[in-house]
Amino acid sequence: MKIRLENVVKTFETFRAVKDVSLDIESGELVALLGPSGSGKTTILRMVAGLEFADGGHIYFGDQDATDIPVRDRGVGFVFQHYALFPHMTVAQNIAFGMKVSKVKREKAAIDIRVTELLRLVRLEGLGDRFPAQISGGQRQRVALARALAVDPKVLLLDEPFGALDANVRRDLRRWLREIHSELGITTLFVTHDQEEALDLADRVVILKDGQIIQQGTPEAVCRDPQSAFVMKFLGDANVIAADVRDGRAYAGDVSVEATGVTDGKAELYARPSDLDWSAEGPGIAATISRVLDRADGRRVLATTGAGEALEFDVEPERVVKAGEAGFVTLRRAKVFAV
Amino acid sequence: MTKGGGGSVILHRRISFRRLLPIKGTDRVRRRNVLPGLPLSLGVTLFYVGLIVVLPLAALVFKAASLGPEDYWRIVSSPRAVASYRVTVLSALGATVFNLFFGLSLAWVITRYRFPGRRIVDAVVDLPFALPTAVAGIALTALFANNGWFGSVLESYGIKVAYTPLGIMIAMCFTSLPFIVRTVQPVLEDLDPALEEAAQSLGGSDWAIFTKVILPLLAPALLAGVSLSFARCLGEFGAIIFIAGNLPMSTEITALLIFIRLEEYDYQAAAAIASVLLLTAFLMLAVTNWLQARALRYTARG
Repeated sequence: MKIRLENVVKTFETFRAVKDVSLDIESGELVALLGPSGSGKTTILRMVAGLEFADGGHIYFGDQDATDIPVRDRGVGFVFQHYALFPHMTVAQNIAFGMKVSKVKREKAAIDIRVTELLRLVRLEGLGDRFPAQISGGQRQRVALARALAVDPKVLLLDEPFGALDANVRRDLRRWLREIHSELGITTLFVTHDQEEALDLADRVVILKDGQIIQQGTPEAVCRDPQSAFVMKFLGDANVIAADVRDGRAYAGDVSVEATGVTDGKAELYARPSDLDWSAEGPGIAATISRVLDRADGRRVLATTGAGEALEFDVEPERVVKAGEAGFVTLRRAKVFAV
Repeated sequence: MTKGGGGSVILHRRISFRRLLPIKGTDRVRRRNVLPGLPLSLGVTLFYVGLIVVLPLAALVFKAASLGPEDYWRIVSSPRAVASYRVTVLSALGATVFNLFFGLSLAWVITRYRFPGRRIVDAVVDLPFALPTAVAGIALTALFANNGWFGSVLESYGIKVAYTPLGIMIAMCFTSLPFIVRTVQPVLEDLDPALEEAAQSLGGSDWAIFTKVILPLLAPALLAGVSLSFARCLGEFGAIIFIAGNLPMSTEITALLIFIRLEEYDYQAAAAIASVLLLTAFLMLAVTNWLQARALRYTARG
């Protein structure tokens, strides 16, 4: 089911949570709404679900205007941040709930078969008789998904689906959700503040800030071509170096990078830790190493430039560097944004 | 599966407890507790409970037991006593069932909706706790007497409240209302709104959500409120004696009968009848506790 948001607005008391958001989600697409807290991403998701009503604009499901359809008739599957499993029902009863209360009457045997099927899909065979308090966080998450899928929703909506889980479980579940999505092909929209999660999982990432869409595109497009300093900073660690732009080039210390389309004057260079390197001789930005952090996959160097800017970059595990060493930071690539 | 798990935990505890016992007299292992003050607080509270609660109750049972079985049975099964049990227990049941519905809806309204005067209503709920019950009894009698504000209206429909079992029920309702409201209210407040949203997104109607999701989650609190309310109704005295009329065999409650026996200096008979009341309350509490444990099965970890 294709979803279209047209100029959607939502205000809480005096706070504009969502300002004029328009968004198209293709049928079968897996889209991430990514943004810091307060960016309005959860509000948008809840409006698509029908758990909040838009103050202005329209939400279309296919060709149907769904703006004013209440949640129980909208046919969406919603997975809540903390799962919201019914604590007094077993896993199987939780999954069966939607089918039992549905206006479409189903045979008990048919419900049981469907529950077994869903338990197999989310790989929880044999846990149907447990209560939610008796299973792990990752298992609860999968029960919540099975429960949402049980009503054959047209759209699957997930609010911070992996937020409450620890890192390893999160990575596994991410892969697994991707598999489920390609198996079922259901249009899916999820909210996250974790850029890694969004980039790993989604076909398309929609980046929000202060209730507005800042940039959207495939993970490749937003990573390779961030269009604002905010997106650059939000998608990963970024070093900021003050620079001057003259005639389409940005200059910082002894180095310069291309800056086509940036107006002359003060600007900032944004570089990922992997975009910088360290060398004993110039040309480069003179700096002193203040600390070296050793990590499993390399060494993270913290350095301070002559101008007092703090920089972070990665060097190979074999490289000998130590605190106090003076040298030059060289630049492989950088993005330039006017200040 | 769950039961097996629980069993093995208990077994394990027993074994480890054994190992904590001194093995050869010298290498005594002391069990260390992180929370301080256990022996002192346990000692003080148990001593207090023993002195203030258990001792009087034991004295009551002892006094009743000193009658001997035949006399005891004669007193507790006398027609007047039996009639008083009947009116007390039936009125208490009626009042509790009424409060179950009314208290639940009151708690619901106070926690779920915001309306002007909500805090006042919230405060008024506690008044029956604060008011001397005799004052409540006199006020209710004045209202429901034949010439009272409510009584005169009801009289014209042929309903008599004052000096009938209905009056007893109303007095009981008045004094025991806060129990249900105050036990259900915190649970309702803590109910995660996402549960209802989840049920809605799954297509549940309001009625289905109330009966299948909210009510089962409130059940333990409702049961606790019911047992407190019922126990309170059984023991209520001050509010009832003014409105009940106190006719032996029809509107005489057990608590009053005990009081009458005391005034006659017949302490043994008073104790015997009181022991019946005590037993009833105890049974009621045991049953509701059992039901509550059943309703809370789902919180057990496997």
